Amino acid sequence: MDDTDKTHAARSLPFLTVDNRDFWTGGANNRLLIFRCNSCAYYVHPPTTFCPRCESRDVGAQPVSGFGTIFSFTMNYKKWFPGLDVPYIIAFVVLEEQDDVRLVSNIVDCNPDDVRIGQRVKVRFEQASDIWVPLFAPVSDLS
Amino acid sequence: MKYPEKNVAITGIGQSRVSRDAGVSPLSLTLDAALEAIADAGLERSDIDGMSCWPGDYQDASGMAPVGIPALQDALRLKLGWYSNCRETAGQFGAIFNAIAAISANLCRHVLIFRTMYQATARKTSFANASFQPGGRAFWPYDWFAPYHAYAAASQQALYFSRYVHESGIKPEQVAQIALICRQNASLNPAAIYRTPITLDDYFDAPIISSPLRLFDCDVPIDGSTAIILSRVDCARDTRNPLTRIEAIGSSMQYRNSWTQLDDPATQALPGVAEMMWGRTDLSPADVDVAELYDGFSFHTINSLEALGFCPKFEAGAFIDGGSRIALDGELPINTNGGALSAGRMHAYGQVHEACVQLWGRGDRRQVAGDPRVAALSTAGGPLAGCFLLVRDD
Repeated sequence: MDDTDKTHAARSLPFLTVDNRDFWTGGANNRLLIFRCNSCAYYVHPPTTFCPRCESRDVGAQPVSGFGTIFSFTMNYKKWFPGLDVPYIIAFVVLEEQDDVRLVSNIVDCNPDDVRIGQRVKVRFEQASDIWVPLFAPVSDLS
Repeated sequence: MKYPEKNVAITGIGQSRVSRDAGVSPLSLTLDAALEAIADAGLERSDIDGMSCWPGDYQDASGMAPVGIPALQDALRLKLGWYSNCRETAGQFGAIFNAIAAISANLCRHVLIFRTMYQATARKTSFANASFQPGGRAFWPYDWFAPYHAYAAASQQALYFSRYVHESGIKPEQVAQIALICRQNASLNPAAIYRTPITLDDYFDAPIISSPLRLFDCDVPIDGSTAIILSRVDCARDTRNPLTRIEAIGSSMQYRNSWTQLDDPATQALPGVAEMMWGRTDLSPADVDVAELYDGFSFHTINSLEALGFCPKFEAGAFIDGGSRIALDGELPINTNGGALSAGRMHAYGQVHEACVQLWGRGDRRQVAGDPRVAALSTAGGPLAGCFLLVRDD
């Protein structure tokens, strides 16, 4: 129960594209890569090549700290597929660097009953095929 | 006239048998609904010169959208001045809003609009028909969700609803009132899927799908089709039913149009469309006699009660507490046919059909007392949102 991510059913994966490849493969080097404006430093997610704040087209992947906060979460009990181990936690995590960058993720390596909105989390990665899926685990506020 | 929707009326409604096992094809269900709507308006097939639908034929086996305009137009051999499906729009009501624009542009006079679902039958071979396969690749709008075993609208809605609960402090027994009231209404609707009343204990005894969503917070997949006829007002005057105009619409998109990044998951996209709608009418929430508020999940209805101004933001819990205000004999009867939660997932068009039933006095045992004249309708879900007011004008 304390490791909810050991699901037997394989994850459904995204198609890799020119824009999302850094996000989904940065974990190979243990880095969470988020598109950022090279002109005004605004993070742009989902990744695209336009900064909505300063209108720069110079936007590209940069590593972030990997720390974030749980904005919302749900404990999923429904077995959507045979072999899917339930329950597990799905969450919206907002990045520490910019709170309007919201990532869907699973909260792992913890007792799911202890998960709370506002909790601080840090990224870790799980490889699936050609994708390194960013997952998050709780950390102490002093980390 | 400043707002063109006021020149458009709903003149006829039709609905197929709604079931968990149709035994006939989705196109056959659609024909049932369409022919009934045309006849209900007092029109002939040859009067229909426009067609509109959301979302169009999905061309898959999911049952989500098994019939598009080409199949129905050809089956009915309609001759059209304008037709269009739509998907990237203000939810399911986008088909109505587009038809208003087409009628206002004089491209057509009587538009047939339909929504057909075949999910109950499709799910009997569910694994083969699933949109996702373990280890497979996921498409929009699940590309950011499916890698995390978040495969359904329930997963997305649970994330938004959880944030709503956190911010509003609504209690589970208050949330339950939406499902309880819908079931109570459904018990008076012979066409509803589930008609046996449920108690608070039943609600809490049912499984949690994805917290805080419980089974009875989720609507029921069905086989069925709903059709309506939208007509230019001057042409509507010659039809059979009391003149029932579209008073105001909310079709805007004021937020990030994203299932992950939408500005405020706790209220979803409803506040923007509600503001637009109330800005196009002299009516106010106090004038609404009956509210048919989308309930793909009970959370949607809670969002609509607040966004459309029936109660203040984050105070729906107190408003629906005990259920009396939203019951058939309450100050604001909601989802009077049982909604999607109990009558079945007609995907917002059940709400449109039922609003007309109520405004036309056809509700029989579930008829709202006091001769209702104004109905409010909403649809919702992530970045999708739309709403409108229907007013009987006779």
